[in-house]
Amino acid sequence: MRMLRIAGGRVIDPANERDGFGDVWISDGVFVAAPTAESSPDDVEVIDAAGLVVAPGLIDMHVHFREPGQAHKETIASGSRAAAAGGFTSVVCMPNTTPVADNAGTITLIREKAQAAASVNVFTTGAITKGIAGEELAPYGSMIAAGIVAITDDGHCVQNHEVMRRALEYARMFDLPVLDHCQDYSLVGNGVMHEGEWSLRLGLQGWPRVGEEVMVARNVLLSELCDSPIHCQHISSGGSVRLLRDAKARGVKVSGEVCPHHIALTDRCLQSFDSNYKMNPPLRTERDIDALLEGLADGTLDVLCSDHAPHAFYEKEVELDQAPFGITGLETAFALCCDILLHKRNVINLPRLIELFTANPARLLSLDRGTLSVGAAADVTLINPELEWTFDKEKSRSLSRNTPLHGVQLKGRAITTIVGGKTVWTLED
Amino acid sequence: MSRWTRKDLLGLDDLNAEEIWHLLETARAFKGVGERSLKKVPALRGKTLINFFVEPSTRTRTSFELAAMRLSADVINIAASASSLQKGETLKDTALNFQALRADIIVLRHSSAGSSRFLADRLSASIINAGDGAHEHPTQGLLDTFTILERLGRIEGLEVAIVGDILFSRVARSNIHALTKLGAKVTLVGPSTLVPRTFERLGVRVVHRLDEALGSFDVINLLRIQHERQRKEYFPGLGEYISMFGLSKARAEKLKPDCLIMHPGPINRGVEIDSDVADGSRSVILEQVTNGLAVRMAVLYCCAGGVGLSS
Repeated sequence: MRMLRIAGGRVIDPANERDGFGDVWISDGVFVAAPTAESSPDDVEVIDAAGLVVAPGLIDMHVHFREPGQAHKETIASGSRAAAAGGFTSVVCMPNTTPVADNAGTITLIREKAQAAASVNVFTTGAITKGIAGEELAPYGSMIAAGIVAITDDGHCVQNHEVMRRALEYARMFDLPVLDHCQDYSLVGNGVMHEGEWSLRLGLQGWPRVGEEVMVARNVLLSELCDSPIHCQHISSGGSVRLLRDAKARGVKVSGEVCPHHIALTDRCLQSFDSNYKMNPPLRTERDIDALLEGLADGTLDVLCSDHAPHAFYEKEVELDQAPFGITGLETAFALCCDILLHKRNVINLPRLIELFTANPARLLSLDRGTLSVGAAADVTLINPELEWTFDKEKSRSLSRNTPLHGVQLKGRAITTIVGGKTVWTLED
Repeated sequence: MSRWTRKDLLGLDDLNAEEIWHLLETARAFKGVGERSLKKVPALRGKTLINFFVEPSTRTRTSFELAAMRLSADVINIAASASSLQKGETLKDTALNFQALRADIIVLRHSSAGSSRFLADRLSASIINAGDGAHEHPTQGLLDTFTILERLGRIEGLEVAIVGDILFSRVARSNIHALTKLGAKVTLVGPSTLVPRTFERLGVRVVHRLDEALGSFDVINLLRIQHERQRKEYFPGLGEYISMFGLSKARAEKLKPDCLIMHPGPINRGVEIDSDVADGSRSVILEQVTNGLAVRMAVLYCCAGGVGLSS
């Protein structure tokens, strides 16, 4: 029997509250118990993990792969290569493709493409409403049969509260997770950046905090009403953190996620009018960053994710207010979080950081991933939390280069990505 | 001349006081040219300027065109309606074509904030911002400052009011930067929706009641209320605006006797300013236009590295 032994690393498995030095054993694509003297395998491949952290394969529960429809920005194949190079063994794709993933046929197409071309696990979501237009419910039952793990209108937000209420109630019948991009259209209007001193100075339309907070509050109330969970995507405002904290204290089933750019950069960056600082929701202020860090530390916020949103160079190379929202992030997300949360701000420890990228997204979406438990799929990420390196966007595996992080020095990164016992990426010296 | 090293003029927020003074002093030298019978100097002879106005304008475009002609540059005017932007070409590609035609200076008017900066970062040609969205209109800020300086002999310590729709005004922003950098005390006046308190971070005072402050100003600059594009949620209507913020005859009488009355134009008589007040002796509205020419000559001359300025 062939076996793989990941030897001598610091094994951190938050799902099992494990943190200690030891080996991880893999056979036939799943984790197995260490062999005993009697069951000693005849053929053992060893990966030396001395000095490294052995973590469950990282999960990015918020990415945009542009297939079908916009394969010039990203394909499932290129996106999954970028994921692997960022240490991610699983990604969850948003449904705002062209056409929208709001029916079983499109979901099946995405799943088949992923099966054929992806080097990591590609999970898919379906739309909450048909065409992500916010009006009619999409067919959740048939989309679940086709393989979705959650629903969201990400990129858009269901404005009609009655529609959102019924979506929650209907999804609950299937125990289907509901994710929401929180944005009130009337308050946000044509906003392109955080509303504050910098939007005022630069003469750019503001995207105020309250445009997010109103919808977070709406979601808290609907979750309470329907006694049904709801997950708030890419939280950017300190006020939203407070709303979630208060709701959780009351036992409301809400959760929240944070993107690394929202804790790394502020609205001040827009003074260069560089469209690589334009994303939705927008970069906010130091005050918001402090609140997000506090939320990550005290458990108010549950997940870290990239919101990887690739766009072609020429699409971003226009006047700021006409450029599309979003930046790439798969190859920098974990490293940037490591750099900020662990080193620069030192607000959480390594097990908590790994939990935010593994056990928590797996639990929220009921994925059988994010753990090193015996019997689980053998997805592993080897991490060097102390490695200092410089991100070079020209070496990116993504088809797109729309990132403001080119040339940024980071401390900590994934070194090797193992999916189902197979190494799909490893850092070359 | 060592005080000016920039190829572009994108905004006054970017400049320090010394650079602003340099442009104002150069403008003073050029103002004399316009008073001669032969209104032309060879300073930019052989240079090519493209007036690229993606957003319509008559006053500013004409002023830049005349300024360039008086400096002996070759000038071409292009309006958005006649450009390839209509055919889906991007701003960058259109501008690269101008550069391929060896344009030395591109004067850009555009509805997107940051559009001038966008081109300046990508082209070797000089980019002059003739108004970018609600961001800046630096030559307007300079010509307003020039007019105040010429009339009152100083900027430092003056009380300057800017009244109206500040939130959407690039003229207001450029004025704020120039005046505060040169030591004036700026007060913004207007409805709270159009003059949010956040403006205080720019080093100015925010006031919502014009009547209480009238007697303290050395200069009052009235911005046009852009009622054709004003969204209804910002204020209830022109009537209420006029009653609270219009410079009526009665209000004009409460101003200091030597208070300058300014307006960047085009004026709406009877809206932000009473018709007689606009034509009155304290109004410098048309002087602003004349000075605009001198200021734009100075800006073109400095940015395009012109030589041979004759006194």
